[in-house]
Amino acid sequence: MFCDHICRGFLRCVASVTWCTWLKQLALRCVLTVVTNLSRRSVLLGIGAVGAFLAIDLGAVAYANKWIGSTATLTRQTFMDGFRTVFGLHPGFRRNHAKGVVVNGYFDSNGSGRELSKAAVFTPGRTPVIGRFSLSGGNPKMADAPAVARGFGLAFTFPDATQWRMALLNLPVFVDHSPQGFYDRLLASKRDPATGKADPAAMSAFEKAHPESAAAMAVIKQHPPTTGFADSTYSSLITFFFINDAGVRTPVRWAFVPMQAALPPLPGTTNSLFDALVRQMRGGSLRWRLLLTVGQPQDPMSDATLPWPSDRRTVDAGVLTLTNIETEAPGNARDVNFDPLVLPDGIEPSDDPLLSARSAVYAASYRARTGELKSPSAVQVDEVAP
Amino acid sequence: MTAPARYPLRTRILHWLTAILVFSMLLIGFAMVNSIGSYASLRAVHMTLGIVILVIVVLRAANRLTHRVPKLPDTVGWVEHKLVVGSELALYTLLLAQPLVGWAMVSATGKPVDVFGSLHLPRIAPFSADLYFILRQTHSLLAYALVVIIAAHVSAVLLHTLTLRDGMLSRMAFARKG
Repeated sequence: MFCDHICRGFLRCVASVTWCTWLKQLALRCVLTVVTNLSRRSVLLGIGAVGAFLAIDLGAVAYANKWIGSTATLTRQTFMDGFRTVFGLHPGFRRNHAKGVVVNGYFDSNGSGRELSKAAVFTPGRTPVIGRFSLSGGNPKMADAPAVARGFGLAFTFPDATQWRMALLNLPVFVDHSPQGFYDRLLASKRDPATGKADPAAMSAFEKAHPESAAAMAVIKQHPPTTGFADSTYSSLITFFFINDAGVRTPVRWAFVPMQAALPPLPGTTNSLFDALVRQMRGGSLRWRLLLTVGQPQDPMSDATLPWPSDRRTVDAGVLTLTNIETEAPGNARDVNFDPLVLPDGIEPSDDPLLSARSAVYAASYRARTGELKSPSAVQVDEVAP
Repeated sequence: MTAPARYPLRTRILHWLTAILVFSMLLIGFAMVNSIGSYASLRAVHMTLGIVILVIVVLRAANRLTHRVPKLPDTVGWVEHKLVVGSELALYTLLLAQPLVGWAMVSATGKPVDVFGSLHLPRIAPFSADLYFILRQTHSLLAYALVVIIAAHVSAVLLHTLTLRDGMLSRMAFARKG
């Protein structure tokens, strides 16, 4: 009824406008000229004011959208284009850490973390977690290789308001200290399709331009990767501030330290690392200890390429247990953006410039992939041979 | 009962408050999705202001029913009159829908909806990546619709006030002179 009324009204409007707009407007204008004494000056004033307003209004919109003005700064689109240049387009998958598998489990807090943070997750008791193991890089079908960085996304108490999300790596430090460094390294790592290898000249030029990354790579070299996903230590790398009940802010970096050895990967298989993880989890749960490392005021707080001294105090906050592994699917951790800025009360971000950048680029990747057609993930848990 | 010459003070205050907030919000929204370094802080401001605007628009919609509207100048013909009514309705709809879509969109990602630093709002949509994408696209679409309709709204008032000199702006202005 109502719709019908609106439709008819709309049609009447359109009809009237199309049939006799010009005549009506002409007549109207004549009347207006008489009535309001439309002077040349007032016409110019009106048009000038509208022009000035639209210039400022639409100019501001265009500037905020970066359609005009400086294009030298990095945007999330720069990163999206960078990933596409280096890895190609793989619709439906994350732009980085594209290859992965989903896990579920829980965290048993022993209460020790309360000393540093009032976050609910540190009160004694059990908290559910969902997570995703991944390999660095934008190719969801890449062959597993031990040297490729292993990622571990985790979300505590998903999807509650007190969530804690994180994206961890099996590295002792991060390779880059700035979004620009990450971007430059991404482009330098582009593989030549002929040789299958990155251009050594591009890499050495990158290291020359980014001594902080060269230093971080040297640190990483001293910590060779372990056998598999199950025996890797996954670290926050970035510093966060933990706030306890007394309001004390403590700089903290945290790591999940494995409590088991890893099943060795079968050589010659494409998904060797993932398959080994699947096989191992069929045999039982996997465990990691959550160690909170307490920083000192002089420790680097906003540069993830710099390690903290090894004698820093750690707090053992409890044990993470992963009970179940499954293929990426709608509604599981495939559809979770492990944005490191989703933090509970009691944990706050540091000034590390990587944090906002990761949040922004993850959001861009999430938006892009949620709108794309999906294809099956490379790691199909049910198809892994016993 | 004759129509008043201008809107009641409370309506004028609400109007200009909305104008400032919505203009800021559109710019913050466009800027934040292009910003790497300020994304996180702009997103927090954007979500908080979005809820503020939602509250103000609900108040405005309720307030709109409490009083008569000042008479439009004689320069407004019947076609334009229909456009005025239609654009007002469209603006109210957009201003109400946009924060709700934003709220639902964040809800659909499964992220907590935090405003004013640490006020947790309930999630108003289920966790669904497909739903998120539809809402996310809608959020952008509505933003551009707001840009267009606000530009038309301001241009029309400027033309009326400066070219036709019909005192259109004075209905919503604070100055004494009509």
